[in-house]
Amino acid sequence: MLNINKVKEGSKLTIAIEGRLDTTTAPQLENVINEEIEGVTDLTFDLKALDYISSAGLRVLLSSQKIMNKQGNMVVKNSSEEVLEIFEVTGFSDIFTIE
Amino acid sequence: MKKIELQATLENTTELLSIIEKELEEAGCSMKEQMKISVAVEEIFVNIANYAYGDSVGNAEIDIDVDNDKKSIVILFKDCGTPYNPLEHEDPDTTLSADEREIGGLGILIVKKSMDEVSYQYKDGKNILTISYTWSK
Repeated sequence: MLNINKVKEGSKLTIAIEGRLDTTTAPQLENVINEEIEGVTDLTFDLKALDYISSAGLRVLLSSQKIMNKQGNMVVKNSSEEVLEIFEVTGFSDIFTIE
Repeated sequence: MKKIELQATLENTTELLSIIEKELEEAGCSMKEQMKISVAVEEIFVNIANYAYGDSVGNAEIDIDVDNDKKSIVILFKDCGTPYNPLEHEDPDTTLSADEREIGGLGILIVKKSMDEVSYQYKDGKNILTISYTWSK
C-alpha cells in the first residue's frame, strides 16, 4: 500500500511517500510526478514514512532526478536506515542529495 | 520447508512477499532485515514474471527454508521458462551520474549486493536461482 501526499507552493513541490514503493505501487508515484513536475524548480521527496523500496521505486526516483537536473534541484530527505542501505548498494547515495 | 507454486505475474508479487514476510516475522527477523530479503525476492520474482515466459504466462515454484536456530533463510526460485542466468548480466556502473545511469540491471545488482550467496543452475528444464541470507551476524 502506498500513500502519496503532495504539497505545491509556487515552483516548490514536496512529495511525502508513505508505505511501500514496489513493483505494484511505483506506477502511482510515476503518474503523480508526470502530472506535477512541469515548472517545478525545487522537488523534495520526504521518505519519513516509507517502509520499503525496491528497484521499481528507485527507477522512479532516478527518472525524477534526471528531469530535475534540467530544471532545478531535487532533495531526498528523512530516509530510514534501511532505505539508505538500498541507496548505498545501488550507488544512488552519490546521485541523490540526501538530507 | 515451505513450497509455493504460483503464476509468475506482477500481481502475485505482493502475495509472495506477504508469505515470506510472515515466515520471517515468526522467526524473529527484524523489519530491517525483512526488507532486505523482501527486496531481493521481489527483484527475482519480477524478473521471472517479466522475462521467463516471453509473452505467455507460466508458473514459478518457490521453496522457502527458514532456519530458526541459525537465523537464516534459503529461497529457491524455479521456473520452466527460457534458460537464463541473471548472474551473467553485467552489473550497471554505480559510479555514473544520474544522467548517465541506465535503469536496467539494478534489481539483480541489489540481490547480489544484499544477499550472502546467490547461485544459478539449469537443471531438468528449469532455471533455479538460489539465495541465502543469515540475519543475525
